[in-house]
Amino acid sequence: MANEPKKGKSRVVRYNKWGYIFLIPFIAVYLIFQMIPLITTIYNSFFENYLSGIKQIGPNWIGLNNYIEIINNGDLIMYAKNTLIMWILGFVPQIFFSLLLGAWFADTRLRIRAAGFFKTVIYLPNLIMAAAFSMLFFTLFADTGPVNAILQNLGWISEPYQFLSHAGGSRGLVAFMNFLMWFGNTTILLMAGMMGIDNSLFEAAQVDGATSTQVFFRITLPMLRPILLFVMITSLIGGLQMFDVPQVLTAGDGTPARQSMTLIMYLNKHLYSKNYGMAGALSVFLFIITGILSLIVFKFSVQDNVDEVKPRRNRNKG
Amino acid sequence: MKKKVISTLLATAMVATLLAGCGGSAAAPAAEPAAEPAATEEAAPTEEAAPAADATEEAAPAADEGKVLNIYAWNEEFKSRLTDHYANYTKVDETHGKIGDVDVVWNITPSDDNAYQNNLDATLLKQADAAADDKIDLFLVEADYALKYVDTDYTMALPDLGITDADLADQYTYTQSIVKDSNGVLKGSSWQACSAGLIYNREIAKEVVGSDDPEEVQKAVADWAKFKETAKKVQEAGYQMCSVNDTYRVYSNNVSGQWVQGNKIVIDKNMENWVNDSKELVDAKAENTYDLWGDDWAKGKQGGVFCYFGPAWFFNFCLDADADGTVANKGGWGYVVGPQSYYWGGTWICAATGTDNASLVKDIILTMTTDKAVLKDIAQKDADCVNSKSVLAELAADESGNLALLGGQNPYKMLADGAEKVDLSNLSAYDQGCNEEFQKALKNYFDGNSTYEEALDLFYKGVIEKYPEVSK
Repeated sequence: MANEPKKGKSRVVRYNKWGYIFLIPFIAVYLIFQMIPLITTIYNSFFENYLSGIKQIGPNWIGLNNYIEIINNGDLIMYAKNTLIMWILGFVPQIFFSLLLGAWFADTRLRIRAAGFFKTVIYLPNLIMAAAFSMLFFTLFADTGPVNAILQNLGWISEPYQFLSHAGGSRGLVAFMNFLMWFGNTTILLMAGMMGIDNSLFEAAQVDGATSTQVFFRITLPMLRPILLFVMITSLIGGLQMFDVPQVLTAGDGTPARQSMTLIMYLNKHLYSKNYGMAGALSVFLFIITGILSLIVFKFSVQDNVDEVKPRRNRNKG
Repeated sequence: MKKKVISTLLATAMVATLLAGCGGSAAAPAAEPAAEPAATEEAAPTEEAAPAADATEEAAPAADEGKVLNIYAWNEEFKSRLTDHYANYTKVDETHGKIGDVDVVWNITPSDDNAYQNNLDATLLKQADAAADDKIDLFLVEADYALKYVDTDYTMALPDLGITDADLADQYTYTQSIVKDSNGVLKGSSWQACSAGLIYNREIAKEVVGSDDPEEVQKAVADWAKFKETAKKVQEAGYQMCSVNDTYRVYSNNVSGQWVQGNKIVIDKNMENWVNDSKELVDAKAENTYDLWGDDWAKGKQGGVFCYFGPAWFFNFCLDADADGTVANKGGWGYVVGPQSYYWGGTWICAATGTDNASLVKDIILTMTTDKAVLKDIAQKDADCVNSKSVLAELAADESGNLALLGGQNPYKMLADGAEKVDLSNLSAYDQGCNEEFQKALKNYFDGNSTYEEALDLFYKGVIEKYPEVSK
């Protein structure tokens, strides 16, 4: 008797050992490529350190001056706003179409023909490199490009609409591209969620004579909440880091008048002078913003789990 | 399940990275030995190579010099010049060549997004510690940022290479004042003299001005007031004059002071003129705001645009004379001085400090920028305006300077006169950033997306990001 628990424990330890071994590469890579850069970024943000021409200035310790400068010029809020606007503009239609397509694909009664084919097709835009996709749109929507030519030939506009010289035009294009690239991905995620819903619920609803709209809003959507939340978090984090599409589309300038400049594009602007100090301070701000948003989302999702667990317990009691 | 997938992915990624790391280091040494053999025995080919140019004699590098010549450039221009006009150069592949037994390695990075300079800076900063064969030997600079490199120890003084003032006497003064450091020491040399003018579409000129004769056209664009008048007529005829960015250089070259004075950004009176004139013409729909080199801008080469502004390299490099259907292909352009004389661009050759091929570098600079036979050849083959007073005078004097894409017009007299007039006293190391940001920011004003003040704020913001030490 006395031996048995010991033996069992050592087996657990022996088994756990493999867990740690498998963790080593991750921890090592995390330390080298994430943790150390993170700390040096924060450290660098307290210095004046840049290239003027090809002459190195600094590094000189200047305390919080970089942070103060960023707060004082007030640009950060503008770029954060741009980023969020473009994210929302892209995310709303994305969720709408994904839910619609997801519901259609998942609905066994509809029996869509060649569903596999369509699922592949809607995912295809995501396979193109974002920069190439952006370049394509840049050419399509150029002032003398094909889209303007078509609109003019149709007689809808008398002279070319300068898409990239209007805030709505360039933000709209960025949002549209993000929508096109990601709605397929979201559809597949949501569809997976919908397939996971217990079929007996739908059958019960059918028996009770629910319309398909009622089924969608009363059963599918509530049951889909965890997946929707996951989609929202990943999309938000991706959205905050929005860079390649607007960068290529507007040649790094966020035209017009920086109204489509995102946070990361702004960060990229400091590359010209190799301004480690300012870029570092800016990154710390981004880190804080992302941290806060993640915390909020995390809070929500944890609450969600608790809510889910509670009723089950009640049911047990009853 | 999700965790499993993620961990499998991570594990695969880890292993893949490790393998990739090993692969890289393993592959490198294997490639090297191939380059080594028979390097010593090959010094001879100099004699067989065309004995025409005097320079060939010097071309054989001294025995103690490096076997690799690293050249940094942002486009193919200098490579094609060297291939075509430097007698000893033989092409190996797209990025490699040979001069005698020296391997020439081209490191070509496009200028977009400042990539060329970023790459060059990073390499120059490591120059002192680099192995002899990895050191930059030659690199090219443009006028806009020449001072950034010239006014440092990263560039070699030409006298230290053994190039004397007498060697360069035939060059235009302005081409030398661009590449002098703050102590007046010459640090580079160019084969081009980039005085520039207005290149007009002959057909549209006939329709709007009534003649395509350069003298008549010059009268119609002799100053900015006449230029604006003509522009409005061009618009009425259903064409576009040009882009605001085309006229930019003409104004920015005729300023009365530097962009940055005592770390403060100063907007010159003439820049304000550019803004006002351009706004007027954009509002009248006579000019557009297309970015230079963009697709929209380039479409004028097929017709529909009255003029481009540019120097001689523009003829050769930008008008697409080889492509069917372009105006240049039909010889449909003409050249006049335009409202104000100015210069644009040009490529200077600089020797990097620490080069292990000093005598070869010296010979390349001398041959490519002072050898009259080579320069005349460049002018005739590539329609370039070369940096030699006597060659330009020769070309201006006879038929050999007539250019097909200009409808047989000989622009060299005008180009040579213009080159004498270029004044570069207001050049500064900040020009590139300031010029780019000013054009970008003011585009918003022209397009009606911001007020003048807002556009200026945008300009200041952009410049300060690029040069943190300057202020409004």
